[in-house]
Formats: sequence, C-alpha cells, structure tokens
Amino acid sequence: MTKAADTPPMIALTEVAKAFGPKQVLRGVDLSVARGTSMVIIGGSGTGKSVLLKCILGLVEPDAGRIAVDGADINEGDRDAFLARFGMLFQGGALFDSLPVWQNVAFRLLRGQLRRPKAEAREIAIEKLRRVGLTPDVADAFPAELSGGMQKRVGLARAIAADPEIIFFDEPTTGLDPIMAGVINDLIREIVTEMGATAMTITHDMTSVRAIADTVAMLHDGVIKWTGPVSQMDNSPDPYLQQFIHGRATGPIAAVR
Amino acid sequence: MSLTAPLALIGRITLGLLAAVGRVSIFTGRAASHILRPPFYPREILSAFIGIGWLSLPVVGLTAVFTGAALALQIYSGGARFNAEAVVPQIVAIGMVRELGPVLVGLMIAARVTSSIAAEIATMKVTEQIDALTTLSTNPMKYLVAPRLLAALVTVPLLVGVGDIIGIFGGYTVATSSLGFNPGSYLTNTVNFLEPLDVISSLAKGCAFGGISALMGCYYGMASGRGAQGVGTATKGSVEAAAVLILAANFLLTGAFFSV
Repeated sequence: MTKAADTPPMIALTEVAKAFGPKQVLRGVDLSVARGTSMVIIGGSGTGKSVLLKCILGLVEPDAGRIAVDGADINEGDRDAFLARFGMLFQGGALFDSLPVWQNVAFRLLRGQLRRPKAEAREIAIEKLRRVGLTPDVADAFPAELSGGMQKRVGLARAIAADPEIIFFDEPTTGLDPIMAGVINDLIREIVTEMGATAMTITHDMTSVRAIADTVAMLHDGVIKWTGPVSQMDNSPDPYLQQFIHGRATGPIAAVR
Repeated sequence: MSLTAPLALIGRITLGLLAAVGRVSIFTGRAASHILRPPFYPREILSAFIGIGWLSLPVVGLTAVFTGAALALQIYSGGARFNAEAVVPQIVAIGMVRELGPVLVGLMIAARVTSSIAAEIATMKVTEQIDALTTLSTNPMKYLVAPRLLAALVTVPLLVGVGDIIGIFGGYTVATSSLGFNPGSYLTNTVNFLEPLDVISSLAKGCAFGGISALMGCYYGMASGRGAQGVGTATKGSVEAAAVLILAANFLLTGAFFSV
C-alpha cells in the first residue's frame, strides 16, 4: 500500500451521478483506487455497483462528475487504447454464443491492436482456461453447452486473456461451488499481486471480500457509505457496513427496497 | 381534462415520431459509414452473406414460384372477360419484375432476416454481449451492424432477380402445362416485352428493401429493452417497421421509376 501514496490513483471518481429516468442510481460517488491494489465494492442488490463499473468503462455515460484513469479524463484520448488497458468479467459471463470457447477467450487476441497468430492466440486461450480451472477440451465447445459456473469461468479467462492493467470483476464467484469460488478468489489475488494489475470487484460474498480485497467500499443510496482497508472493516462502527457484512435483516438498510 | 389535451397529444406523438426518424437516420448514417471504414471483419461479412443471401434462397424461390403460377391463372381467367387471355406472359413478366418480385421477396426477407437479426442482437444486448464487445475494443456497429447491412444491400437485389426469374418460370409452367400456351412463344413474348428499366427498377427496389430489412433488424435489436419481453418487443417492432417501410418505399420507388 505504500506505493499508493506517491503516485496518482489508477482510478479516481469525483461526484459521479447517474439516473435512469426518475430513478437516481448514483448520487455523487467519490472513490479512488490505488495502482496495483484490489478494491472490492459491496452493497445491496440494485444499488448501482455494476453501473459504477460501466461508467468507468464508458458503457454508461454519467450525468455528472469526473472519472479519471491513470490521471487522465476517460473522455480524452484514444478510446481503443483506453479500452485495451481493461478486462471485464460481466455478471452473466456475456460470452458470444456464436463463437467457440477458445475464440471467446482469445477474442481480443484475434483482432485489432493486440492481434497475434491464430495458433498462438489459441495457446494463450487454453492456458488462461487452465488458470480458471477448465480443461483444454472445453476450448472447442460452444458457450451454450457449458454450465453457468463454467461460463462464468470462461468469462473470467476472457477478462484476463490480454493481461490487462485494470480488471473489473462483476460478481466473480456467484453461481460457483465453494471450492471453485476459492480457486477464483486465489486467482484474482494472484493477478493483483503477481501481475501488478489494479482490480475492482463487485461481490456479495463476504468470504470473497476477505480473500481478495485490499480496500473495501460500500455503496448505499447512491453514495459510498464507507471505504477503508479490509483490515478495518470489522472494527468500523458504521451501522450500514456492520449490517451488511453480518447479513442482518434489521438495521439502517431496509430489507424491502 | 383540459381542452388543449388532444392538441398536446398530437404534439407529443409528432415529436416522438420525429425523434424516432432522427434516431433511425443517425443510426443509418453511422452504419453506412462503418461499411466503408476499416477495420473490416471478413468472417462476419461472409457469415452475413450466407445467412441473409444464400440461406434465403429456398423461401424466396418458393414464394416466387407460387406467386407467378397464381398470377398466370388470375390473368388468364380475368383476361378472358375481355378476350385478353393472350397477355398472360406479358402481365406475368411485368407484374413479377416490377412489383410482386421485389415486394414479396422484400417481405419474406423482413420476416426471415429482420426478425432473426433483431432477436439475435437484442439477446446480445440483454445478456451484456454488446457491452462485452465494446470493452473488448470492438465497435458493435462495425462488428454486428455493418456486415449485415452490407450483405443485405448486395444479396437482396440478387434474390429479387432470382425471384423474378423463378416467378416467371412459375407462370410459364402453369401457362404451358394447363392453359395451352406454346412454350417457345411464351418465353419470346416475355423477353421481348420486358424493358431494361423494368429490371433495373426491380433490382433497385431489392437493394432498398434489403437495406431497410437489415437496418430495422439491427436498430430494434440495439435499442432492445430488458429481458425476454424486451427481445420479443424488439423483434415484433423490427418486422412491423421493416414491412411497412418496404411497402412505403415500394410506392415511392414505383412513382420515381414509372410515373409519367
């Protein structure tokens, strides 16, 4: 965490707001993620966690606020070069069902700026599949032939295929058995510590939070209610955070939302 | 309810309509520009040519052959009322080439291609595949829309040409087998009667209807709402819009080509 102090944050959000029609989802989010660290965002369903990640990627345009990646505003500079720095695991996997698994994983390596020979791309794809606990024989299957958990892991392999600097994981362990969830948690941790990537993860799984987070941010009511190192999470007196991490039905967060 | 409410409603509908026209126009411009600008995706383009062009041949052929055959029967029995049975070859030719060929092929393409494009792209939208494409530095307009639009612009006129020929063949078969026409003179009459402008207008209509079909499928797919219902609504809307626009465009093009 010491390296974070002297360099600008990898991702910095200032007063980011977004509404969909009458529904105000984000009401001024301030958040910064230091380079090479793993930030986990927690919060109830429908509180805008996915929207927040999509705002950073430019998939959703915020109504107000400023987002900077590596010190530069996301609306400036070359879009392709900007996106080439990112990997993203979508909540439902978002695999392209017209392409076999290995071409999904190697999608970025088969076209555009990061293009390389087909055989090499396939080799990288199979290596990434192995890292997420999948055997090479799934490489030629189509996404629809795989179970939900397997699809998720293929999505994860695709997110890390081009060794991105910044990786977003939207519920990486949802739908996985506890052992596979453990494998994925270790993998995310490894990507951050070994490859030096910056990660932002959305999860509801508190085991995951403890396994992968350097810092935790809790999103509630469109703002960051609490943020801090994972080690301070349990000692924080914040009632919202305590209710969430202990999964209590009663507290400041209404059970009916 | 105030007295001005109906006026406000008319205003709202008009504004909504104009906004939709604007959105479709912008979408069309963007899609067309992506056909011309690299990078190109040859594999996507090839698969669109096969899916939209080649695989539509059976339905186009069947539609045309039955229409041509029915047309021959109608002209024969209708013409008999004023002793004009002999014009079957000419009317079948002009009817198929100028109107029925392009319109029916266009409508079959709207049913077959527009619906499938809309459902596929809408499902991709709903399952975040469109977002995934973008994050993988691939422009969905270029990767999904441009190949389909290009394929439709090129293959639908060809399909219309094939449909025209098969339709005339359908009329020919009925006329020569059961209406007592001489095969040789039927074909001579057909060929001599048709003018280049008839064929040009037919192919031009095919091109326009192909463009409409692909654009409506892509536009509605990309604008799809959430969930299974969103996909259903997008698909339905795309076919309705394509069919109505094809018929409207047909009227305008017929006017442009043949009004005196």
